[in-house]
Amino acid sequence: MTNAMELYQMLPKTNCKKCGKTSCMAFAVALMAHELTPEDCPPLKDEPKYKENYEKISEIFKPSEGATETGLIVHEDLCFGCGNCVVACPPNVANDPYGVGSGNAPRNVNKLVLTVENGVVKAQNLGECRRFGKNKILCNGCIVTCPVEAIEFV
Amino acid sequence: MEKNYHVCTGCGLLCDDIEVESEKNIVNKVYTACRVGVAHMKEARRAEADFRVDNKPVDEATAIREAASILKNARNPLIFGLGTSTNETQKIAIELAKKTNATLDDTSSFCLGPLVEALIQDKLKTCTLDDIRNKADVIIYWGTDPSDSHPRQLSKHTYFPRGSEKQRGWEEERTAIAIDVRKSHTAKICGNYFFQIPPKGDAEFIDALIAGLSGKLPKTSYNYPPKKLLELANILKGAKFGVIFVGRGLIYSLENLEPLFKLMKILNEKSNFHLIPMVGNCNTMGFNKNLFAETGYVNSVKFENGTVKHGPEYSVVESLKAKTVDAALVIGSDPLLILPGSIAKNMLEIPVISVDHCETLTSKHSKVYINTAISGVEAGGSAIRMDGVKVSFEPVIETNHPSEEVVLKKIMEAL
Repeated sequence: MTNAMELYQMLPKTNCKKCGKTSCMAFAVALMAHELTPEDCPPLKDEPKYKENYEKISEIFKPSEGATETGLIVHEDLCFGCGNCVVACPPNVANDPYGVGSGNAPRNVNKLVLTVENGVVKAQNLGECRRFGKNKILCNGCIVTCPVEAIEFV
Repeated sequence: MEKNYHVCTGCGLLCDDIEVESEKNIVNKVYTACRVGVAHMKEARRAEADFRVDNKPVDEATAIREAASILKNARNPLIFGLGTSTNETQKIAIELAKKTNATLDDTSSFCLGPLVEALIQDKLKTCTLDDIRNKADVIIYWGTDPSDSHPRQLSKHTYFPRGSEKQRGWEEERTAIAIDVRKSHTAKICGNYFFQIPPKGDAEFIDALIAGLSGKLPKTSYNYPPKKLLELANILKGAKFGVIFVGRGLIYSLENLEPLFKLMKILNEKSNFHLIPMVGNCNTMGFNKNLFAETGYVNSVKFENGTVKHGPEYSVVESLKAKTVDAALVIGSDPLLILPGSIAKNMLEIPVISVDHCETLTSKHSKVYINTAISGVEAGGSAIRMDGVKVSFEPVIETNHPSEEVVLKKIMEAL
């Protein structure tokens, strides 16, 4: 993954404020936090001289194939449904402490990030994932508990 | 909302929180179960002829009659399997064995039988899986890899779930330890608490661990780092509620259970430790308990005109090796596949009755084959979990196949 400074180097650096931010550096930070997308910078998108940089930045923020909004990928061929990630996932435990948090079947599927369906883990409700949104953190609860490395973040 | 949960009979864990979507008696979707359970519930049924004699389809009455006549004409029939059968079926099988003067055995005679016997006789301290979820802080997997054999054990019962006295989660309040000859999937989860030992090194490792627990310098012939052993001993000493899950890896490596008894004794002097066998089939534990209640032995018995004989010579392996049995009734097992070839081939010389819900190597080579309902999916009953807790279940879907219980009852009547 890249950092805000590297992104800034690829921006127009004119501080035109068309994106709504006060400077190009602020825009780079917002990009990093996934608050804004490269399309939110009009000069970068429209002016031909920034075309190359625009493509580079878009490439960085392009969601990987098969990945969800948080970059979570479940390798279904590896997963065998042990449910370690389901029980260890912090939002799952917080939203359903007596169900999945205690190792049992889910009681409230609507707020769970991970569930096991047909013997394979399924990711859903990614808004609840700690890697999602403005205050995201690099939680790795589901990765370290997987015995077969079936979950990956990209 | 009250949900309708089913019990999965795919392994010895008997998970009781499985949701199933089915339509027209075909299971479409299974929730919460692991891949083993899903395969057991969805794919165990295959379209085959229901009853066969000499590989030709026949009707039920003919198959039962043929099976009864094989048992009647046999001097010493072998009744084997029952690891996936319900308690009710097992009790009938014991009656059937009495009636036919049969040798009766299951897979535990070459798996965890001695350990289960010691537990049933209260020689070792044990607890239930629910106790572990609520209290356990040190969990040892010795010679076993539940991630592959009992996939949901770590997530449902032991390491990851929150329990009444363990609410802060696995990172802070629980330690999982794996002792094995290879870095298994479970060992990967245990991280730094994986202790790799050479094959057949378990007895020595136990001795060294006992030395470490007693404050002596632990020594092994394979030069296991004493520092690591002492670190392990310290964790065990500090345990408030410890549990050792013993698998076949440890049992096969020990000549007898004496080292394990010694270890459990010293562990319970220093702290508080329990032991649970990693029983593979869903009701092997039930067979051992039912047979023990009836005869005082857990496996390898021979009934003879009202008396019971017990000994290794009546186990499935030894009796087939010595060719002392002259017919076999195999219920829910595949001895031709699981026994060593040199012993299994003796089975080809005797008439075999195979009672199973799917086609196996044994059923293909049997004289009589009876297709039954799958216990726990198509037939209800009760089974005993690896920790000795009885779990009852209802069928998930309906079937026109007879249950094992019904088949054995009919064979009994035909006799």
